[in-house]
Amino acid sequence: MAERGSNHSPETGAFFQRDRQWHPAAFTPNYKSSVLRSPQRALVAFDNTLSELTGPVFGHAMLGELDNDLIHNFARPGESALGERIIVHGRVLDERGKGVPGVLLEFWQANAGGRYRHKKDAYLAPLDPNFGGCGRTITGEDGSYAFRTVRPGPYPWPNGPNDWRPAHIHFSVFGHGFAQRLITQMYFEGDPLIWRCPIVGGISNREAVEALIAALDMQSTIPMDALAYKFDIVLRGRRSTLFENRPEGN
Amino acid sequence: MAQSLDRLKESPSQTAGPYVHIGLTPNFCGIGGVYTNDLGSTMLNGETKGERIELRIRVLDGTGMPLKDALIEIWQADADGLYNSPSELRGAADPNFPGWGRQPTDMETGVCLFRTIKPGRVPFRDGRLMAPHITLWIVARGINIGLSTRLYFSDEEKANAEDPILARIEHRVRVPTLIAERQGDAYVFDIHLQGEKETVFFDS
Repeated sequence: MAERGSNHSPETGAFFQRDRQWHPAAFTPNYKSSVLRSPQRALVAFDNTLSELTGPVFGHAMLGELDNDLIHNFARPGESALGERIIVHGRVLDERGKGVPGVLLEFWQANAGGRYRHKKDAYLAPLDPNFGGCGRTITGEDGSYAFRTVRPGPYPWPNGPNDWRPAHIHFSVFGHGFAQRLITQMYFEGDPLIWRCPIVGGISNREAVEALIAALDMQSTIPMDALAYKFDIVLRGRRSTLFENRPEGN
Repeated sequence: MAQSLDRLKESPSQTAGPYVHIGLTPNFCGIGGVYTNDLGSTMLNGETKGERIELRIRVLDGTGMPLKDALIEIWQADADGLYNSPSELRGAADPNFPGWGRQPTDMETGVCLFRTIKPGRVPFRDGRLMAPHITLWIVARGINIGLSTRLYFSDEEKANAEDPILARIEHRVRVPTLIAERQGDAYVFDIHLQGEKETVFFDS
């Protein structure tokens, strides 16, 4: 580990404060599971220390050849997953608009019918024997990434009596500091379920919701093979260290 | 009107959901053959320096029931107080210790088990030493944005007493919620999401 993701010297400034009005609140009662799982007291704030400024960095050596190909990474030889073939690509940026190179992205999703390969998922839509549902990649020098998969189906879940999740792909993102750690979900342009979903609805700002909706990207399709969606992810930016206070003698 | 600051907004968080294991610990949930190992499942090898310890962590909801679908990541310094990170500029950390680990809570018991080493002390921004601690990040169904907290050690009373972050906590009765209890070679740590014993969570 700790193989450098780029040749640039590491930045060490503190991360921008998180805008917690922009993120979903902890307590969002329309999403029922949040009711007993949300802290009720105020978070205790402090400026980043080394424990937040540093973070694990993963080398490309850990990746297998099919890690970013969910159509094939669980499929039997010569077969492929069933469903609408898509490419998902984009960049990981920070709030200053800089590409974030060398960061690990992990993603997971249901199959084309909305069924997850997980023993706790009892939905009656069948498993696809050629689809596992997990993938990962590491961003390039400019923060770009890409993977291919099948478009996941929507699925019902026991929240309200008739709640359905929009089609979505879960993303887990590392930055360069552990304080940038983020898990989110990507939605698909034009899906009418997005605006009915209590998990999405935990985000109160419409613009913030739109930041999670991937656009159909016809310029990145592979004709006669796969459609494409573009999804950029923004991590916390960091302050410059120009006039940082330093302890004496440091 | 002034010039635009020209900044982007951070992507909003969403819950990791109940099937977080598919993406982050696929072997744990029976998806074999995609990755050799679940990332972060092993933190030690025979050469790792430092005192071997075990962390037994549970996450409890507002009724006191342990979460059986949570996932915890830890980030910590090596035995000498150095982080295995490109942004660690004070020196090279132990090459046999990644400093980062990831474990799901057990689907039956809710216990999340880490085998790691006790971290050394790391300086605070002004040069004072923080007490040995491990940074925790917790995600699960029902948690909309990952929760950050720290685990400190019950047998580090003196260091804990001078720790600048613990000192920041205004309501002193809440400090013990961050201190894991030593039991043999293990430290036991219950994280309460809500209620009387609610754990201190950080915004940093």
